[in-house]
Amino acid sequence: MADDVRVLGMDGLQQLIDVLAGHGYSVVGPTVRDGAIVPGPVRTVDDLPRGWGDEQDAAHYRLTRRDDDAVFGFAAGAQSPKPVFFPASELFWRGRRTGEEFTVNEEGPEADGHGLGPYALLGVRSCDLHALAIHDVVLLGRNHVDVRYAARREGTFVVAATCSSPSGTCFCASMGTGPRPDAGYDLALTELLVGGPHRFLVEVGTPRGAEVLEEVESAEALPVDVQGADDVAAWAAAHMGRTLDTEGIKDVLYANAESPRWDDVASRCLACTNCTLVCPTCFCTSVEDVADLTGDVAERRRVWDSCFTQDFSYIHGGSIRPEIRSRYRQWMTHKLAAWIDQFGTSGCVGCGRCITWCPAAIDITAEAAALSWTPQPAVTT
Amino acid sequence: MSMVDSREPGGSPVAVLDPMLPRRFRIGRTRQDTRDTYTFELEPVEGEPLVYAAGQFTMLDAFGVGEAPISISGNPLALGPVEHTIRDVGVVTHALITAPTGAVLGVRGPFGTSWDVTDAAGGDVVFVAGGIGLAPLRGAILELIAQRDRYERVVLLYGVRTPEDILFGDELRTWAKDNGIVVEVTVDNAQHAWRGRVGLVTQLVPRAGFDARRTTAFVCGPEVMMRYVASALVDRGVRENRIRLSMERNMKCGVGLCGHCQLRELFVCVDGPVLTYDRLAPLLSSREL
Ligand SMILES: Cc1cc2nc3c(=O)[nH]c(=O)nc-3n(C[C@H](O)[C@H](O)[C@H](O)COP(=O)(O)OP(=O)(O)OC[C@H]3O[C@@H](n4cnc5c(N)ncnc54)[C@H](O)[C@@H]3O)c2cc1C
Ligand code: SF4
Ligand code: SF4
Ligand code: FES
Repeated sequence: MADDVRVLGMDGLQQLIDVLAGHGYSVVGPTVRDGAIVPGPVRTVDDLPRGWGDEQDAAHYRLTRRDDDAVFGFAAGAQSPKPVFFPASELFWRGRRTGEEFTVNEEGPEADGHGLGPYALLGVRSCDLHALAIHDVVLLGRNHVDVRYAARREGTFVVAATCSSPSGTCFCASMGTGPRPDAGYDLALTELLVGGPHRFLVEVGTPRGAEVLEEVESAEALPVDVQGADDVAAWAAAHMGRTLDTEGIKDVLYANAESPRWDDVASRCLACTNCTLVCPTCFCTSVEDVADLTGDVAERRRVWDSCFTQDFSYIHGGSIRPEIRSRYRQWMTHKLAAWIDQFGTSGCVGCGRCITWCPAAIDITAEAAALSWTPQPAVTT
Repeated sequence: MSMVDSREPGGSPVAVLDPMLPRRFRIGRTRQDTRDTYTFELEPVEGEPLVYAAGQFTMLDAFGVGEAPISISGNPLALGPVEHTIRDVGVVTHALITAPTGAVLGVRGPFGTSWDVTDAAGGDVVFVAGGIGLAPLRGAILELIAQRDRYERVVLLYGVRTPEDILFGDELRTWAKDNGIVVEVTVDNAQHAWRGRVGLVTQLVPRAGFDARRTTAFVCGPEVMMRYVASALVDRGVRENRIRLSMERNMKCGVGLCGHCQLRELFVCVDGPVLTYDRLAPLLSSREL
């Protein structure tokens, strides 16, 4: 174990980025854009949110200046790495018609202009790592595979980072998905700001990770570094803004399908779809068919969709879920309950983004708690 | 059809079929069934004919317009062209039914679960159809007829809005006359020389003679109709796990990836469209699920 634990300085972190780029990876990590932290290309450590922290609460997000030089000193960004592998809009095919015939030329994901990877993710939080694993099950782990996601996801190198600065909307500790990365990484960093110079404890998760680390200047970790990383994780776990009680949650949601609480949340929800767009596990999509004026050249794109829209469930005679009440119920029941039946895990990793980015300050943890307290109405048929 | 090179973690390359790319099929024989409903045959432009089971559906693509999920209405035992019966209700279905003979359409699938009518052998069988719901049942009926003597009493209860909406009229007569199927048709309203039954198809259930304890029922039609028919069948004594319904939801992918068709924990496109009533009953009792 001790052999697998080393420390890097800021120079080492830069070397790590260089080595990964040298191996042909597109390195993607947290970057500051438009006043928020979003995934973007990282070439130097200065591309990272150095010295930036954040303040998050329901319907509230603000970047703040830290009084140190931390590069991972913030909570879940506005967007997870989801769009790296699962872009908001992507090409399925382009085709051409001649007479009664048409051909669909398979151009593959690169025809899109969207990069193909392989990617190296830098500084992925445990919550987002769990979300990635969930997406893998949804999109790769069943009878039909999302081949475009598979192509982008293939060979991804993961440098995870322990969360040191959870926000007011975080609850990964209660979902069992953080704050310390526990699986699914090649290398895991914990940023250490005390007990010595600014440095990163590095843990090796895979042989591939060890090989990459060999090419980077690092030092053997001291007991104080190992202890320091444990302390960071323990502090973060104790400073989550929220908790969600998952005990029996599936039964609570299924049994409360007719709870009056849904009317209450519907009176506040704007059906704006923000919560679904920032969620790292939401995977619902639609297709758009576009033809040129002659109708002879056409393409089909896949675009993100949301169960909060009325059209989402539209069939003959109207929408299956015309009321916001039933759309919010669909979303939350899917995230916290139906997901367990479908994929064996919760669909929520406790990143808190849906709470932060909801303009109406609707809070999935508060809604879950309210349902657990609501007496279950008699089943009506 | 395209293959994409993909790798299992640490494994060797495996060819994965892209379920989102359509195959090309040419429209062969076409028949107008009613005022707004057409049946046509599709043959592959290249490659293997489609192998499917009764009750499965395809995603049919009118080039440049879009796709719609449409059940296969043909005989799964006949390895010929694939038949679809389509009602003109909107943009895609209109483009599909107005495409001329010889035109090429995109086909994805077949997708979804099937009626599995052979599993009903040895007992009585009740088919209940509402409107165009007869089209997805037709394959199961034809499959049953091919081995008619393996089934006891077979009943088809069919409800339509008006006599003009009756699908497959000639076949209904053949099934009744030559294949020993009790066919009961009822219409919601009849203005002309209709001498048959008037009323809801649900009302036929209690009167149709079948041995409920040994019956398997196959039901396809609008969701409200199916809900009432299923509970009428249960009232008659048919077991919930012997009642199969074909569910309809908005569908964009057909393969469990887009999320549109969800009914709580079910993906109707892969867990269905054919589902047993014991699984559906708790879900159909909540509105807007
Ligand atoms: C599993 C399955 C099997 C089906 N089998 C058949 C079949 O054998 N024959 C047939 O004619 N139709 C069938 N349908 C219904 C068919 O898919 C819709 O009628 C079609 O999608 C409408 O598309 P559109 O673009 O023509 O209509 P739109 O222009 O999208 O809308 C026009 C009308 O169609 C309705 N509509 C849109 N999408 C659906 C949908 N997915 N299901 C029902 N209504 C919809 C709208 O509410 C509106 O009233 C099936 C649907 C499913 C899910
Ligand atoms: S439901 Fe909310 S808290 Fe849970 S994973 Fe999605 S965005 Fe994060
Ligand atoms: S819960 Fe909030 S973010 Fe989600 S749709 Fe409603 S108003 Fe928008
Ligand atoms: S139609 Fe896409 S998930 Fe069922």
